[in-house]
Formats: sequence, C-alpha cells, structure tokens
Amino acid sequence: MSRHEISLKVNGEPVSGEVEARLLLVHFLRENLSLTGTHIGCDTTSCGACTVILDGKPVKSCTLFAVQAQDAEVETIEGVAENGNLHPLQEGFWEKHGLQCGFCTPGMIMTAKAFLASNPDPSEEAIRHAISGNLCRCTGYNKIVEAVQYAAEKLSQQSESEKEEANA
Amino acid sequence: MIPGPFDYHAPGSLEEVISLLSEHGFDAKILAGGQSLIPAMRFRLALPSVLIDINRLSELEYIRQDNGHLAIGAMTRETAVEHSQAVKQGFPILADAAEVIADPLVRNRATVGGNLAHADPANDHPAVMLALGAEVVAKGPEGERVIPIGDFFTGFFENALQPNELLTEIRVPTPSSRSGGAYLKIERKVGDYAIAAVGVQLEMQDGTCTRARIGLTNVNPQPLRASNAEDALSGQQLSEDLLEEAGKAAAAQCEPSSDLRGSEEYKRDLVRILTKRAVRKAVQRAQGESS
Repeated sequence: MSRHEISLKVNGEPVSGEVEARLLLVHFLRENLSLTGTHIGCDTTSCGACTVILDGKPVKSCTLFAVQAQDAEVETIEGVAENGNLHPLQEGFWEKHGLQCGFCTPGMIMTAKAFLASNPDPSEEAIRHAISGNLCRCTGYNKIVEAVQYAAEKLSQQSESEKEEANA
Repeated sequence: MIPGPFDYHAPGSLEEVISLLSEHGFDAKILAGGQSLIPAMRFRLALPSVLIDINRLSELEYIRQDNGHLAIGAMTRETAVEHSQAVKQGFPILADAAEVIADPLVRNRATVGGNLAHADPANDHPAVMLALGAEVVAKGPEGERVIPIGDFFTGFFENALQPNELLTEIRVPTPSSRSGGAYLKIERKVGDYAIAAVGVQLEMQDGTCTRARIGLTNVNPQPLRASNAEDALSGQQLSEDLLEEAGKAAAAQCEPSSDLRGSEEYKRDLVRILTKRAVRKAVQRAQGESS
C-alpha cells in the first residue's frame, strides 16, 4: 500500500498533502481540504453530484484517485463565485428556480460551466446532452436548462461589454 | 465505498509500463480512464495489489489516418472520438457509438483502449470493432504484435493480452466508398449499459450487399459477431424479408440473460429489430443518403 505526496491547484490555490493511493479525489477535496460543496451522491459513477473541472474538463471526482490529480488544476463549486458575487450560473439557478433540494446543483453547475466555456451559444438540445451525466431527482430538468440558458445569455452580454470597454 | 489498498505507479514511458507489467504480472492492473476499473475496485470486485496508471502516456492519445486505416491510440478519450472529424466523416458507426457510451462526464476520462481491454460484453466498442473488422496492437517485452479483433475476446471479461502486454493502438480499416455503418443502442437511461445494441458495417453494390459484419452488445457472455445474420445478407439483393431473416438469425445466435434490463425473450426481440434498423441505416449511408 503506497502513500504519495501530491501537489495540485484547487480553485487557483496551490495545495499539497500526503495521501494513500486509494484515496478518491472527492474525499481529498471534502475531507482533507474541507471543500464540502462537492457532493457524494450515488458512489457508483452514475449521478454526477461529485463533478469537478479537472484541467478544463468536467469529470466525476468519485472515479479518480487523488494521486492522479498530481500537477492538475481542479475547480470546485467553491471557486465559482468571484469577489463575493454569484457567477451567472449560480444566479441563473437562483432566478430560474433551477434547484429544489440542491444536492445535484454543484455538479450541475460545474458541468455547465465547462460546457459554456466551449459552447457559449448552445441550443437547448446541446445543453440537455451536456448535462445528461448529471442526475436531478427534483426539477425534471426544465428549470435547470433555463438556468443554463440564462447564464449563457448573461455571460455573452458580459463578454460583449468587456470587448466594448477594451475598444473604448 | 473505499477501494482495497494497492501500490500505485505512474510511469512516464511505455518501456517502464512493460517492465512494471513484467515484474508484477497478474497482480497488476492497468489504470486507463478508470471509469470501469475504479467502480469495480470500490465494489471490491477488483482487488489489484498494484495499479499502473498510464494517464501520463500522452503519446497514446491520438486519432490519425494511416495507410488504409484509422489508428486510434489506446488512451484516446471517448470525448475525442465523439468530436473527431475523421470519425464523423469516415466511420459513422464509431461516431454513433461514441455519443452513447456512458455519459459525457465519463467520456471525458474513459478511453477506447480501456473499453476494449476490459472485455465487458456490455461495453460498446467491442461490437463496433467486430463490425469494423479492427485490429489491436499489443506491446510486450518482445515487441509488438497485432491481434485481429475476432481473436481478442476470449471469455467473460477476458482478452488475449498476456500479463506483460499493453494494448497500445486500435487499427480500423478504412471502409470503401460503397460502405456504410451504423450502431444502434437501446438503453434505459443515459449512462446505463445497453439493454441491447447492434453494430453493422456493410458494403453495397447495385442493391446487393456484397459484405456485412455485425456485432452485438450485452446479449452474450462475450462480445459476439452475428455471423449467421452476416451470412444471410452477404451476396444477396436486400429486401424486407431478408432483413427479417437476418434479424431472426442474430436473435437466435446470441445468448442474453434475463436481468433488471429485461427478459431473455425481450432482448432477443430487441436484437431482431435493432439488426433490421441498423442494416437499413447502414445501407442508407452506403448509398450516400443523409440519415
């Protein structure tokens, strides 16, 4: 049984620790770093509640060993809001009632964030395809799709006004 | 659920992987995308004492056109297959499969090589590669060898690799311009294994099917080529009656088991229907019709 020193970046901050090889990334985040926003739902690679963004791609952190995240950049729900302001996705889930119990929400938001980064103007169908690995037992998904659409619109407005400022 | 303890290695070169495999033999498991292995370890269905993580071997992540075939590196993620232009244009059966394997999050980690080497009859690539007549490349201490996909699956979760060999590449022969393929899968929900799925790759000339290969998913103890259905189609002018005959032949040849996903009878009937539909779609594609 091997133990390993690992170092990686979580939400932009360098972190390190000694871990058993079998420690899953989700447990490292929740137990070693006390970042409990990443949820454990099904424990069987089915539900997506534990989704984090690993080097730009959304993945299930219950199906990855922490030691595999050596040198990686990990983004969790705790890193989404900036300077105390809700991210447009968080705002969208609030405005459009994209959550009821809220358990799937962190995973949904991380999946949607990575998706919108490469698909800034998605169709409804593309959103549904993108979130199809994240299960929600409350909303029936319609409100989640609306929340992601809200965020896509707000993010594109933001990037346009940034462009205008840059040109001014 | 916590996996059992193991020693972890993350070698940076193929040579190191082979030497670790040679040293540890059956005690070692290769960790590729981990999307099947890690859940199996969490259920303690797999208890390897040594894990050899090959995620550092970025040289095994590629999709490229080589001489007469598409070469897919064993560590190519399913997401890359799903978005590959070469796959979309030349290998629609593979594109069909890539977007129904597990779910988008899993596809960001899961690999083509892992999907095949795991040799799970419920996995999607085995049937697709059987239909495409692919080959896999295995690398060991004595060098490389090429294994036809028909010889690769040797039993339930068993493959033809030696304990000191690593699957490094999958070679898919480029289909002729008269060729078409399709993969159709029925699943209970996104992310679940197929209740049943059928992959068809065929060649057409003037309404006659000159060659057909058919692979079946999750309806047999090991990935199955529906050779009786292939024989029914090959060299024949296609008609609805013939399609029905091929569908029935595929349904009779497989050995599905009754489980939560459906009864044996239901699964056989799905195989019959899906075979017909997949053949129709493959024919449309072979004849250049949009689908």
